[in-house]
Amino acid sequence: MELICILCPRGCRMNVEPGGDGQWEVKGNGCSRGKGYAVQEMTCPLRTLTTSVWVEGGTHRLVSAKTDRSIPRDKIMEALKQTKGLKVKAPVNIGDVLVENIAGTGANLVATRKVDKVVLA
Amino acid sequence: MLSMKADVVVIGGGPAGLAAALSCHRYGIRDIIILERDSHLGGILQQCIHNGFGLHWFGEELTGPEYAQRFIDQVEKAQIPYLLDTMVVDIDEDKRVYAVNPKHGPIEIQARAVILAMGCRERTRGALMIPGGRPAGVYTAGMAQRLINIEGYMPGREVVILGSGDIGLIMARRLTWEGANVKMVCEIMPYSTGLIRNIRQCLEDYGIPIRFKHTVIKIHGRERLEGVTVAQVDDARRPIPGTEEYVPCDTLLLSVGLIPENELSQKANVQLDPVTGGPVVDEYRQTSVPGIFACGNVLHVHDLVDYVSEEAEIAGYGVWRYLNGLASQYGQHVDRRVKIETGYGVRYVVPQRILGEEDVELFFRSDNIYDDGVVELTDGQRLLASKKFLRIVPGQMERFKIKKQALSGIKPGGRLLIRWRNLA
Ligand SMILES: Cc1cc2nc3c(=O)[nH]c(=O)nc-3n(C[C@H](O)[C@H](O)[C@H](O)COP(=O)(O)OP(=O)(O)OC[C@H]3O[C@@H](n4cnc5c(N)ncnc54)[C@H](O)[C@@H]3O)c2cc1C
Ligand code: SF4
Repeated sequence: MELICILCPRGCRMNVEPGGDGQWEVKGNGCSRGKGYAVQEMTCPLRTLTTSVWVEGGTHRLVSAKTDRSIPRDKIMEALKQTKGLKVKAPVNIGDVLVENIAGTGANLVATRKVDKVVLA
Repeated sequence: MLSMKADVVVIGGGPAGLAAALSCHRYGIRDIIILERDSHLGGILQQCIHNGFGLHWFGEELTGPEYAQRFIDQVEKAQIPYLLDTMVVDIDEDKRVYAVNPKHGPIEIQARAVILAMGCRERTRGALMIPGGRPAGVYTAGMAQRLINIEGYMPGREVVILGSGDIGLIMARRLTWEGANVKMVCEIMPYSTGLIRNIRQCLEDYGIPIRFKHTVIKIHGRERLEGVTVAQVDDARRPIPGTEEYVPCDTLLLSVGLIPENELSQKANVQLDPVTGGPVVDEYRQTSVPGIFACGNVLHVHDLVDYVSEEAEIAGYGVWRYLNGLASQYGQHVDRRVKIETGYGVRYVVPQRILGEEDVELFFRSDNIYDDGVVELTDGQRLLASKKFLRIVPGQMERFKIKKQALSGIKPGGRLLIRWRNLA
């Protein structure tokens, strides 16, 4: 299968095929990092999830959020389901944990924006 | 009417405006004010909640709001004043800035220097002229991004995206994650201007097809969008008869390019570059009007906000030079600045004028994909500088450093040429 390496601007066009004994045969990689990327992509691609979560009593309706490290791509949809009905209370600060161990990945969903509390006059 | 004076007025509180104000502050300028029409600082980044920002500037991967907040925190710490909900409506050549806000009403500020940092806007359907009705369900990609990420409102369920720029790609994934069915991305060119990383992670991950050399030729539906007709185009981008296909959908996103926001610049009689859509500037980011500077997407559209921050730093330095009487003579009787023209392979270059008293970095975009070659700067006879590239693509801004020594013999008011040369 064809895969373009995204690790550096050269963007090598690689070809990845299963070799014997669970090994992968990678061709076209300009350096060794490309091979590592190709194998990771074939076995367990990792992605960062970014989304937004509803806030109660805040200066904004939503707070943006991300997983604090990349998680297996297969877990993204499950993680999103967990954030669906979620509502957090203002104030929220950057880095606040909104969901712990999301979808059992070991990663936390953390806030990426500051949302202050609405002060009623 | 509120009437005041300031050494520096910064128009726009996005990443460009914030970094430019901070740069001025670092050079010791204290009488600065930032004017922002929105209710918060940070500009468009507040709605770009995906990650991938800051790798160059902070050496770590941040989301848009996090990147913005770092600059906001620094502005607060430096106690640089800013006015929110404040829309600048006019500027003149004497650097009088006119603005309005709900609290003060009309405001007039006499500035010694002005930094334009208004960002850009998206091209809309009007700029494309797709025939059909005007049903609901047609959005620019950035508008949809704001709806979903800031307002929490889902624009539709069955989606076609026109244009494969990064915003369109990011939105394809975001909509998929929110449960929409993104049917295809149509790209009129034979290649995407988006990052490969986004093609991989936003389209291929979810099996969303991208159709190169395809465009939307008709919009169907009266009240609400019901579908679009897509067709293949030839090399002259004309639809090829017989290739039309009807695709039912309730939402069409347009991701067909950004245009620098220069209505204000024009009011101040700032000369614009017809290719970038932004002002013509020198290496200090000074426009054709002395004392008016520009940086960020208002100057030319950047792919990476990191480069915006870098450019804003330069503008701050330029302002400091200007306020201390070190600026170029441009706009006065003698213009010593040299004009840089674009030759083969180069679509545009910024800065378009240089004085050459210090090392200069040129930023350029190619007009096509080229492999194995050099970009060269010549004065017509002599080769002044060159840099090798394995590949240049229109979607990626490239940089080209020129040493002061290489520029030593150039004639004031003369011309230089930047061009691509294939080595193979
Ligand atoms: C939809 C979209 C998605 C993007 N995605 C990415 C990405 O994934 N990665 C990346 O690195 N870059 C991305 N960019 C680019 C990045 O956001 C920009 O490079 C950066 O925000 C540009 O900064 P700026 O300050 O020039 O413009 P902006 O962020 O647009 O800021 C301009 C500011 O000026 C204000 N303003 C305008 N006119 C006036 C006026 N008359 N009076 C007062 N204030 C005014 C606006 O309200 C705004 O706050 C994206 C851009 C857009 C438009
Ligand atoms: S394989 Fe190596 S050289 Fe090629 S794109 Fe990846 S990191 Fe760059």
